[in-house]
Amino acid sequence: MSSPFRNSFLPRALPSLHAGRGRGWVRLSKRRFASLAHPPLAPPLQGGGFIALAFLLALAGCDREQRDMNGQPKAETAAFVPRGDPRSAEYENNAFHIAQGQKWFGWFNCSGCHFHGGGGMGPPLMDDQWRYGGRMEDIVASILYGRPNGMPDWRNKITEQQAWELAAYVKSLSAHPRQDALSARADEMSNTEPQTLQERQKVVPETKAQPSGEEN
Amino acid sequence: MRHACLRILRKPSIAAFMLLCSAFAAPLAAQHNGARPAAAASPPEDGQWTMPSRDYASTRYSGLNQITRSNVRNLKLAFTFDTLNRKGHEAAPIVVGNMMYLTTPYPNHVWALDLSKGGRAVWVFRPHPAPASQGIACCDVVNRGAMYANGRLFFTTLDGEVFAIDAKSGHQVWRNKIGDISKGETITMSPLVAEGKVLVGNSGGEMGVRGWLAALDAGTGRLAWKAYSTGPDKDVLIGPSFKPYYASDRGADLGVHTWPAEAWKIGGGTVWGWISYDPQLKMIYYGTGNPGPWNAQQRPGDNKWTTGVFARDIATGQARWFYQSSPHDLFDHDDINEQVLLDMPIHGRMTPVLVRPGRNGYMYVIDRRTGQVYSAEAYGFINSMDGVDLATGRVRMVKEKAPKEGRVIRNICPTASGVKDWNPSAFSPRTGLLYVPHENMCMDEGVFEANYIAGTPYVGADVKMYAGPGGHRGVFTAWDPVRAKPVWEIKESLPLWSGALATGGDVVFYGTMDGWFKAIDASAAGGGRLLWQVRLDSGIISQPVSYRGPDGRQYVAVVTGVGGWAGAIVSAQLDPRDPTAALGMVNAMRDLPGRTKPGGTLYVFALPK
Repeated sequence: MSSPFRNSFLPRALPSLHAGRGRGWVRLSKRRFASLAHPPLAPPLQGGGFIALAFLLALAGCDREQRDMNGQPKAETAAFVPRGDPRSAEYENNAFHIAQGQKWFGWFNCSGCHFHGGGGMGPPLMDDQWRYGGRMEDIVASILYGRPNGMPDWRNKITEQQAWELAAYVKSLSAHPRQDALSARADEMSNTEPQTLQERQKVVPETKAQPSGEEN
Repeated sequence: MRHACLRILRKPSIAAFMLLCSAFAAPLAAQHNGARPAAAASPPEDGQWTMPSRDYASTRYSGLNQITRSNVRNLKLAFTFDTLNRKGHEAAPIVVGNMMYLTTPYPNHVWALDLSKGGRAVWVFRPHPAPASQGIACCDVVNRGAMYANGRLFFTTLDGEVFAIDAKSGHQVWRNKIGDISKGETITMSPLVAEGKVLVGNSGGEMGVRGWLAALDAGTGRLAWKAYSTGPDKDVLIGPSFKPYYASDRGADLGVHTWPAEAWKIGGGTVWGWISYDPQLKMIYYGTGNPGPWNAQQRPGDNKWTTGVFARDIATGQARWFYQSSPHDLFDHDDINEQVLLDMPIHGRMTPVLVRPGRNGYMYVIDRRTGQVYSAEAYGFINSMDGVDLATGRVRMVKEKAPKEGRVIRNICPTASGVKDWNPSAFSPRTGLLYVPHENMCMDEGVFEANYIAGTPYVGADVKMYAGPGGHRGVFTAWDPVRAKPVWEIKESLPLWSGALATGGDVVFYGTMDGWFKAIDASAAGGGRLLWQVRLDSGIISQPVSYRGPDGRQYVAVVTGVGGWAGAIVSAQLDPRDPTAALGMVNAMRDLPGRTKPGGTLYVFALPK
C-alpha cells in the first residue's frame, strides 16, 4: 500500500483512545479566545524560569493534541481552499483517486454519518444539494476544516492527499460521474439478492396487484 | 399459556399456582388480572402531568375520565401552538397548575404556555447548545422532555448540559455541562428528579462513548454520584450491597473482564431512556444501551454492564442488582425502554415487579427487590432469539442469525431498533393492561471491523431494514402482564414511534408517523376498536398527555413533528436510494416522505363545553 498512509494515521490499528479529560470542549474554546487576546507566554516569562517555561510548553503540547479532536463550531466562511487549485483537475474523475477515496470513506468513518451517500447523522451526499458548495475545493475545505453544524475537521488526522481523494469520491456520489472512472468495487454490503438466487420475474404480472396492499 | 405454566411448574412450586394455571386456561378475559401500579410511586390523580412518564411508576395513566369511550368522537381542537422547529419532536408536554411547558429538539428551546389564556406563550428559554452537537447525535436531534419539581423545570440540551430554570419566570437557576461532544457524548433524555437528585445519563452508543448515569444535586446542580456502565466496580458503583439474582452477574470487575483489553473504555452502555423510582424501596431502575461497536466480533465476552437493567440506591448510586437482557449484544438492542412499576400476583402472591417491554422483543416481568425474572414472553415476531431461560436468566440466541464479518445475514427479526424502541407504553389500573406501541420489522446486516476515532461513529455494520411478516411495520398491543400474553393487537402500516397514553375514561391514545392521532377502546373486550382519529400536519413521534385545564375540563395534548431515527428521512431529507442510510432505517421508511412532512405543532383537544 502507498506510503503516505503508512506514515500518517493507522486506522486499522487497535483503537487509539482519546486522551482528553473531563470537559475539554468548553475549556478549550475559552482558552483559544484568551490566547487570541493576550500573548499567552508573556506573563509566565516575567516571573518564571526555564522549568516553568518547559512545563507550559508541555501543557500547550497537550492542548494542541486535543484541539484537533474538538467539536469547535467553525464559521461558515472560515474554511476556504482557493478556487482553481490545480489538484482539483488532477483528482476529480480520476479512477485511482476515486477508488482510494472510497476506501478512506469507510476507514475514516465517513460512512458512519453519511452512510453510502444517503445520509443519516450527516447530510446525504448523493443528492444535488451542497450546503457548503459542491466544487472540489469546497469539499476539500469541508473535510479539512470542518463545518459548523457537526462536520468535524480532519486536518492533522488525514493527509491533504487523502482529503482530495475523499473529495473525488464524494463528488462521484452525486451528479453524473464518469462511469469509466468509478470503481467496480462495492465497499458496502450487498443489498440485493444475487441474481442467480432470484426467481425469474414475470414481464407481465399474471394477477392484478392486491387492491389495498402495502407497498414494498 | 399452558406451555408457560408447565415450564414454571417444573420448578418446585406451590399448589396455589397450579390453581392459578387452571384458572387461566378458562376464558376470563373480562376479569381484572390483579395488576396495579406501585402505590408509593403512583400518587392519586391531581389533574397535572409533571413528568413525561406521569409518575415514578411510569404508568402514563391519567385518572381523568370526562373523555369516555362514548363521547371521545366529539373531541374538538381547543388550541394549537407552533414550536417553529421542524426536527423530530419526541417530548411530552409538561402541565403544572395553569402552565404548560414544551421542550423542542435542538436548539432545545423551552416554551411556557399559559393555559388560562388559551395557551398563549409567556416566555421562552433559549439555552444555545453548541451547533456541532447536531453532527454528534445518532438519530435526529431529539429531546424527550422536561421534568417539573419544587418550582423548577429540569431539562437537558443536545450538547450535554443540564439546566434548572425557574418555572414561573423562566430564569436560569443553574446549569452544569456533564457531557462532552468531542468524545461523542450527547444528551437527549428527560431527567428524573427524586429525593433531591436530578438523574441524567448520556447518549452516543453509536460513537464509542462510555455510558454513565449521573445524579446532580437538584438545588445546586453539583455532581452527587456518577455510575458508569462499563469498567471496574468502583466506577460502576458496585459494592457490598450488589446482589444480582443470576450467577453470571456475580464476580469482581466484570465490567473489565467481560471485554477485550481496554475495550470497555469505548464500550457504550449509554443511559438515554427511562428511569423509574420506587420511593418505598428507595431504588431507581433504568436500562443501559448497546455495547460498541455494533460488530460484536470486535468485543468477545458478555460486555457487562451494557444492554441490561440496573437497580440502584438513589442516595448513593450503589448498585443493588443487575439483569442483562442481551449479554454480548449482537443487534444494537439497547435496553433503555421504560420499566413500569407494578404490584401484581406472581405464584398467587402480590409481588412488587417491574414490567419492561424489552427492545429485544421479550416482555420482562422482574422482581423489583431481587432482579429475578418471573416471565419473559415475546410480544412481537422474533427469529434471532429463542426465548429466555428463566433458570439462568439468559436469552437463547439463534446461531444462524448472528452477524459475521465478511457476509450478510438476511432476515434477522427484530431489527436493530427492536420490537420496540424508546417510545413508552402506558398502563391502566382499570383494565390491568399495558398498551405497547411498537414495531414489526426485520433486517439484513453485514458487519465489518470498525475503527475508533473520537467523536465519530463506532458501528461497523451495514444494515437494511424492511417490514416484518405480514407487511405491516407497526403494532399497538394491549398486553396482559399477569397472564403474559397479548389481549388484542392493532396492525399499523408504519412503525409506531409515539408513546401511549391511558386514561380513566378507558380510552388510550397514540399517534402514527403519518400524522394520525388515534383514540382506542382500552377494554379487553373492545378488541382494539378505533373510537376516533384526526389527521394532523406532521407525523407523531411524541408522547401524548392528558390534564385538567383551568376551566375544569379534561384535555388531551400531543405534539406533531416527525423525525427521530425512523423519521429522519423526512426531517433530514435523507436519500432512499441508499438503503443503508440512517443505519438501514431509511430503506424501511422510503414511503414516508410521500405520506407526511416535517412539522412541530402542539395540538390540544377537549370535549365541547
